[in-house]
Amino acid sequence: MAVDLPENVVVSKLDSLANWCRKNSLWPMPFATACCGIELMATGASRHDLARFGAEVFRFSPRQCDLMIVAGRVVMKMLPVLQRIWQQMPEPKWCISMGACASTGGVFDTYCVVQGIDRFLPVDMYVPGCPPRPEQLIQSIIDLQDQIQQGGTLSGREFQTRARQQPKRALIELPIVSVPHATSRPPQGTMLRS
Amino acid sequence: MGCEPLIDPHTIATLNSAFAGLKTSEFRGEARVIVPRELIYPVLTALRDKLAFDFLSDITCVDYLNYRGAEDRFGLVYLLASTGTNERLNLRVFLNEPDLSVRSAVPLWEGANWMEREVWDMFGIRFEGHPDLRRILLPDEFTAFPLRKDYPLQGRGERHNFPVLHRATS
Repeated sequence: MAVDLPENVVVSKLDSLANWCRKNSLWPMPFATACCGIELMATGASRHDLARFGAEVFRFSPRQCDLMIVAGRVVMKMLPVLQRIWQQMPEPKWCISMGACASTGGVFDTYCVVQGIDRFLPVDMYVPGCPPRPEQLIQSIIDLQDQIQQGGTLSGREFQTRARQQPKRALIELPIVSVPHATSRPPQGTMLRS
Repeated sequence: MGCEPLIDPHTIATLNSAFAGLKTSEFRGEARVIVPRELIYPVLTALRDKLAFDFLSDITCVDYLNYRGAEDRFGLVYLLASTGTNERLNLRVFLNEPDLSVRSAVPLWEGANWMEREVWDMFGIRFEGHPDLRRILLPDEFTAFPLRKDYPLQGRGERHNFPVLHRATS
């Protein structure tokens, strides 16, 4: 079946058109809690210029954003806030976990720091580094744009798959190191030199 | 500089003559006074009103569990300064379980409010007469005192006690 089309008409799928629009207008929600936030600001500033990739409009209201960039460590007091901000963002939305602390807790293996936000939130892209260079963050945004273009759908079916409903990692807590109680004899190994 | 005394000997002498049972020591010009728990409020009052220590620099605490040579469990530390005479003084009150309470210094210095709340939050030392002794840094539902040495560094699972959001719920 031959259809005569004028030269300025392109045939595509509606999904593809939606993806093309979405990927080039990601509005980031900067959830910057630590030094990764400084690199995040550098990414948006003129030297690295995130505007080249259509993601320069940082909004501080989650209701106007569709890309959450978690930059920095998240403590247990902050996590309910983070989850609430995520729930306030309209679909379709994506999440980048920027840096070692947001992805794994980093060096902060303590009682108050969440060991990776992906234990409690769906994360689409991880950026390694401590902190990552702005180029790495830009690369992750480009990768996310590719992912949106390839796998996205107009209705958001890709978010409803079985794999997406699972938490990314099993919640395995390291065994708690037992600490000698106050009444017991102090172990020699922890004594200072006398 | 360096070893210039931060305390006037007259201050220590006045304290010792006014209160019995104080133990004083000095190291590189810094004076430390060990105060029995019952005396801390009168000592602080005298220092503020009679000896011109008008500035409470900090209140903090040390847990001496398993510490070499330590006899008491907690050492509550008051750091005082005098803006008039440029003196500095380090007061210490030793506390043991189960009676971890001491009289609040808020009536003397308004700034003691948050410092005492932090010591309560981290070490569980109760300040009697504090107007608002709540946790200041940790969430209200937290039950432990994490800077005590018998609290595990990685906690007791508090950091992972949250609902998991996935795409169906968010």
